Amino acid sequence: MVHFMNWLGLWIGALLTFGIYSFLYKDNPFYKVAEQIFVGLSAGYWFVYTIYFILIPNLFNKLSADFGAHWLLIVPGILGILMLTQLVPKVAWLSRYPIALMIGTTAGISFMRYMKSDVLSQITATMINPFNGSAVEIVGQLLLVVGTICGVIYFFFSKKHEGAFGVGAKVGIYFLMVSFGAAFGYTAMARISLLIGRLQFLLFEWAPNILP
Amino acid sequence: MKMSPENTRRTLFTLILIGVALPLIFKLGLPIESSENVQMVYDLVNGQPEGSHILLSFDYDPASKPELHPMAYAVARNALERKYKIVCTALWPMGASLCADTFKRLKEEMPGIEDGVDYVNLGFKAGGIVTIQKMGSDIRDVYPADMSGTPIGELPIMDGIRNLTDFAFVYSFSAGAPGIKEWVMVAHDKNKVITTGGATAVSAPAILPYINEQKQLHGLLGGLKAAAEYEKLSGHIDIATSGMDAQSIAHLIIILFIAVGNIQYHLIRKRKRGE
Repeated sequence: MVHFMNWLGLWIGALLTFGIYSFLYKDNPFYKVAEQIFVGLSAGYWFVYTIYFILIPNLFNKLSADFGAHWLLIVPGILGILMLTQLVPKVAWLSRYPIALMIGTTAGISFMRYMKSDVLSQITATMINPFNGSAVEIVGQLLLVVGTICGVIYFFFSKKHEGAFGVGAKVGIYFLMVSFGAAFGYTAMARISLLIGRLQFLLFEWAPNILP
Repeated sequence: MKMSPENTRRTLFTLILIGVALPLIFKLGLPIESSENVQMVYDLVNGQPEGSHILLSFDYDPASKPELHPMAYAVARNALERKYKIVCTALWPMGASLCADTFKRLKEEMPGIEDGVDYVNLGFKAGGIVTIQKMGSDIRDVYPADMSGTPIGELPIMDGIRNLTDFAFVYSFSAGAPGIKEWVMVAHDKNKVITTGGATAVSAPAILPYINEQKQLHGLLGGLKAAAEYEKLSGHIDIATSGMDAQSIAHLIIILFIAVGNIQYHLIRKRKRGE
């Protein structure tokens, strides 16, 4: 039975892979089937996972095991139910309460963390002595400082980009272009890696099972 | 002969397919050089005393498996060889299963390692950054039991572990959010725990700025190439390295086509100017 299930898994994996990649030729029913199986399975998996691995252990089990110690969990439980009122237009307004709470807490937590990590620490990291270290390090540090300043200048729109300010903005564009190029390179690498993963599956897991 | 855009596209895809498939079958053995960021991660993983506790967070799903799973094997194997105690968590639901898969394979390679003693899979917990914040104060509150249901107090590996500061370092295998960025924000920037990780190549450029003077992030494995570099450094050539020849050939084809496309574009522009 285990052997059959493995065999079946390999074939389903291979057929769905072919189905998805057939889109590169043109849109077709095999691609559509594979795509919709993926979407349906993902939604179903999330639904079951949320019930069995989030709601039951974190809410129902705790309340049934020791209600006195965990009675406060009723509050998030009710807020969760209120989210579902979105499905009934007449009482849909009730869902605004949990949504407001979620947005408020997320904004509050994120503001502090992003301010510290993405603003203060990043600015501090560019406040360096660029002329400290070897020649290669100095070039790198100068590029970091110049690139950061010029990049920020490009995004400052309250002054016309002309004169020395315009030169700074122009240099900023070049730095941005280099970063876009790097991002494109990484993206190409990622997509090829996914293809490699699928081909490794087809060539070394699926193919040996169909060849005599 | 003029080719339609549709057929040009199909030709490119076919060439990429051939360019990737052939090097997978016939190995070329192209050299792999390790970069500074990978070396930093390797030095960190190999620079802790025996018995140190480390936290590996599996923050990805099967969509990113080809890139991040080889990293997970390489780093976890290296850590087990160094006799570290590995505590695994997951901020993505499927991460817990991928962690289980990693250690299932490693257990076949290293029969001596024991679940609950040398490693433990605490499983997935929803909440992202909030979950990490809570782990910063009390990990037992977030994970009262491991994935198989064993209470955390009964796991020998968890002796002396209260919160994130009890780990030598935190390592996130990250495919997006929540992931490495959230670990940097909380584990490093709030709890001052050394944080490192591996990301998909797509997300790597957004993560790289955290490797800075402030050491918000201690090195980074970006994509399959970095996983191959790590395999080379750790002396275990595995699936990441086997894909590198294919990656290089595919990149050559892409570069070639970009060059051809640009030359063609300039020739057309020149011809139009002439008219």
